[in-house]
Amino acid sequence: MTMLSVENLRVSYDNIKALHGLNFQIDEGEIVCIIGGNGAGKSTTLRAISRMVKTEAGTRMSLQGKDLLGYSADRVVSELGVSHVPEGRRLFDNLTVTENLKLATFARRDKDRIAVDLKRMLTLFPRLEERRSQKAGTMSGGEQQMLAVARAYMSGRRMMLLDEPSMGLAPLLMMSMFKALKEINAEGTTILLVEQNARLALQFAQRGYVIETGRLVMAGASRDLLENADVKKAYLGG
Amino acid sequence: MTVFLQNLINALQWGSFYAVIAIGYSMVYSILMLFNFAHGDIFMTGSYIGFGVATGLMALSAAGVIALPNWLILVLTLLISMVLTSFLGMFIERVGYRPLRDAPRASAAITGLMIGIILETGNLILLGAQRIKFPALVEPVTYDLGGVFVTNQKVLIVVVSLSLAMALHQFIRRTRWGMAMRAMAFDYVVVPLMGVPINKIAAMTFALGSGLAAAAGILFGVAYPVLDPYMGIVFGWKAFVAAILGGRGSILGATLAGFILGFIEIFVAMVFPSTLRDFIAYSIILLILVFRPYGLFGEPYSVRLRL
Repeated sequence: MTMLSVENLRVSYDNIKALHGLNFQIDEGEIVCIIGGNGAGKSTTLRAISRMVKTEAGTRMSLQGKDLLGYSADRVVSELGVSHVPEGRRLFDNLTVTENLKLATFARRDKDRIAVDLKRMLTLFPRLEERRSQKAGTMSGGEQQMLAVARAYMSGRRMMLLDEPSMGLAPLLMMSMFKALKEINAEGTTILLVEQNARLALQFAQRGYVIETGRLVMAGASRDLLENADVKKAYLGG
Repeated sequence: MTVFLQNLINALQWGSFYAVIAIGYSMVYSILMLFNFAHGDIFMTGSYIGFGVATGLMALSAAGVIALPNWLILVLTLLISMVLTSFLGMFIERVGYRPLRDAPRASAAITGLMIGIILETGNLILLGAQRIKFPALVEPVTYDLGGVFVTNQKVLIVVVSLSLAMALHQFIRRTRWGMAMRAMAFDYVVVPLMGVPINKIAAMTFALGSGLAAAAGILFGVAYPVLDPYMGIVFGWKAFVAAILGGRGSILGATLAGFILGFIEIFVAMVFPSTLRDFIAYSIILLILVFRPYGLFGEPYSVRLRL
């Protein structure tokens, strides 16, 4: 079953074209990554899916058959269950860990399920349990990344969009973060990830796309991309 | 000493008006990064709406339709006018500010000035240029506390103002709507990703601020029962100063700063000729801001305006 279908995705910022018509599909339960350099359009792709930037005429996007263009950004999260961990985490530093997690459930009415989800996140990331009443801004980078993922999960777990979850993390923390994401995926959350760290992303995802200056230039299974000469040369350091 | 205490009591009343108006300014500014320069005129309109509601209720009471004691008329006037003025605030947000959410901030600021002018001149067209007398809902009773005179009106004004400020503070600290407001104050761009409908939060912020401005307008009418369409301008500017002095996003800061402003104005006038009042008072504020540029209780916030 198709989770997300994107056809001819076009986005401009102030008349400068950022995305020139992307086409891709993601199936339910998959982990897919988009790799590419700085400014290639990775983050913009995620922002377009979560309806945080305007798309141009001709763009078609649907989630489990529902037309994404009919949803505002907050309803993509609250009604379609698509969450987004933005670039640089963007936590509410002035709120506590608990408040950050609670805010993510603002529009949810399924109280029992919220309790289950919260428990799941606090067992997946025990550090958050310890820091519950601490302000988010006072935590370490690793803890903040855990909170960013947990917060996204609380807001919607059908599909998760992740923007550079490895950024600023030490290798060990990075590994445990991706292990946690694997667990979340195994429990039914479809994941679309964008990364500059191509090797890491391709080791984690089943499939990958390569984006260059607003165009998808390559697609394939991760192991094939890892072996591809062009990918190796451009993104894997030879 | 009695002179000092007398001025202290007058300053408490005077500061109450600034405080309650400043809260609305401060909320809108912190949550939407927007100076709502129409806020003083919303205060004025709230006062006039209060005048209309009170006059109507008194007429009903006089005609024997429903017998209402004056205190009940005052309570009803406050509640009904606050609700009506909230709707005005939401309307202004929807029509004036929401279309400019992503426009340069200067455009939103002049929108506020224009909405203010529309409210002032609209009032002139509707009611004419003569001043209007606010109905006497609270018969003044003066208590002599050893040479210091306290009126029941002053007590009422200070108690109602402080209660409103505290209630709002608790609302923002304890409810999920308040939590969403605090999150927006820190980084409003990312709030929709939490599934939070920011348009509703924006509308509610305007509703709360406008409701408070109406309360201030009615309390002002109780103490100084002469209304005119331009009464909101000076109050608006001074409350704006208080909002900035209090610090972005802090209800308690705005409240405290409102009172500080009231105190400085009254006590400067006690010592110096009253023509020097605003000159000296605002020089003091300027000095405070030089040393505390983020205001008294300014909270940090994200400066990223894009996702």
